[in-house]
Amino acid sequence: MMPAALCWRMAACMWTVEDMPLRLKALAANIAIGIGAVISGAAGRTPALLTRLGAWSRSIGMSTAMPDMPGLPSGLKRAQPLIPVDSSASRALVAVIAILTFLAALAGGAAHMVARASADWRTAVSNEMTIQIRPDLRRNMEDDLKRVAELLRPSAGVESIRVVPRAESDSLLEPWLGTGLQLAELPIPRLVVLTISRNSRPDIEALRQTLRRELPTASLDDHRLWTGRLSTMANTLILAAMVVVLLVTLAAGLAVAFATRGAMAGSQDSVEVLHLVGADDGFIAREFQGRFLKLGLEGGAVGGLAALVVTAVLGWVSLSWSTGPGSDQLKALFGSFEIGWMGYLIVIGIAAMVALIAGLVSRITVRQHLRDMA
Amino acid sequence: MVRFEGVGLRYGMGPEVLRDITFSVEPRSFQYLTGPSGAGKTTLLKLMLLSLKPTRGLINLFGHDVTRRQNDALSASRRRMGIVFQDFRLLDHLTVYENVSLPMRIKGREEASYRSEVVELLRWVGLGERMHSIPPVLSGGEKQRAAIARALIIKPELLLADEPTGNVDPTLAKRLLRLFMELQQLGTAVVIATHDLNLMDQHDARRLVLADGSLHVDG
Repeated sequence: MMPAALCWRMAACMWTVEDMPLRLKALAANIAIGIGAVISGAAGRTPALLTRLGAWSRSIGMSTAMPDMPGLPSGLKRAQPLIPVDSSASRALVAVIAILTFLAALAGGAAHMVARASADWRTAVSNEMTIQIRPDLRRNMEDDLKRVAELLRPSAGVESIRVVPRAESDSLLEPWLGTGLQLAELPIPRLVVLTISRNSRPDIEALRQTLRRELPTASLDDHRLWTGRLSTMANTLILAAMVVVLLVTLAAGLAVAFATRGAMAGSQDSVEVLHLVGADDGFIAREFQGRFLKLGLEGGAVGGLAALVVTAVLGWVSLSWSTGPGSDQLKALFGSFEIGWMGYLIVIGIAAMVALIAGLVSRITVRQHLRDMA
Repeated sequence: MVRFEGVGLRYGMGPEVLRDITFSVEPRSFQYLTGPSGAGKTTLLKLMLLSLKPTRGLINLFGHDVTRRQNDALSASRRRMGIVFQDFRLLDHLTVYENVSLPMRIKGREEASYRSEVVELLRWVGLGERMHSIPPVLSGGEKQRAAIARALIIKPELLLADEPTGNVDPTLAKRLLRLFMELQQLGTAVVIATHDLNLMDQHDARRLVLADGSLHVDG
């Protein structure tokens, strides 16, 4: 029998206690309601059926007894969680998660920027070699430069040779020596840049020996040492950033675990009631998980968004500084201060990861707590 | 349906508050659990409800030895029971409608599928105008009726009611008693813990009498 019919059957029974004639009427109504409910089948049709049966019941003299059956009241369903929410604690947790996500996202973005810059350095530097010719009063520098170009032009693996003009060499020293100096009087080495073919690498040792034999003042730098040091530095920075992301994520997890334990302690009565009316541990854990996942998403979104804004502002600031002499070095070290679409994805991924960890940690914490309670 | 064999309970290292409790509750049966205040009626109900574990003895519920069952299995058993607590145990942050709907939500039912049932039941227990209210603004009697509605909404196989008429007027108490009798006729086993002799005189039924931690059965 449907619950609606059960109610009305009970109702009818109530009205029959006092006198026999009414009892008989109620019994008839009772049978009709039972049959009608079975015929109506779906729960959604029950109110209409009961409206008709109510009218019929009134027609047999039960108008004062049977309540009306108007449509269902509105606003019954609310998005109210089963576990009461402590809004001040929730706000504090969102703030903590937002700050931690902000730090983790910045660290992740920085790691990505360094990794990208490192890859750019390696690509650029590994395709070039530099020949440095030291000044010697007994030799003519311009002749030596021409000689180098002649010697290396036919070499396998060398795509092009470019003699760096004197003015360009001088400008490289400007950040250290300043402007306005007469550098022509200083014994500044000259540079020749070789562009190496990507497909066939030159025999570097053979080139070195040729230079040593023909031009004792020239030395070949294949940048391997510099590249290696830069890579080590970049990898160290990336590793440090990843450790920061890991530690911050761990801190977020611990914050959520403590917050969950606090929420459980504050909701002990509600949890007990849910248990006693048949909720299993999984149901209760899902209630907490849903709430903390939502808080994690809020905090993650705020922190991630703040990290994106800060990155964009720093990029804009770095552009406005690009006229200074130090900007070339910064640009050489970090590239342009942009994290690119992959960087944005990393920031969003970290925010999502923090939110997921919040949900997962709360679920594990609740299940552990419920096991301890049992 | 419910079988207790030599069940005893003590809190910590204290004396046994219940001793050698042996009885059974058959399907579609009606019984009162009675005895003086402090005799252990609520404690015995808690054992039936599985919120307390006995220190000795066997409790068999719906054909399972529940003393050895895991938490989730206990929850499954509880979903077959309706419980009316003496202190109502309504969730204060939920409306009356939401409180009564709680067992349906726990069963995973869609709200649209049970809305009319809950509303009808609330109207029947006289809370039609209070379904949007939260428990703190209800009177004791209204809270009691909400608690009863919550226990009934799932059409339980076993109804455990702890002093269900303690906070209502005699007329409503009479109606509620008729309701419990109807439920029994529809197949629910009913256990009403009460020390209200008037209530027990209105409907003669088996009595489980608790005194000094021991139980004897009348009728």
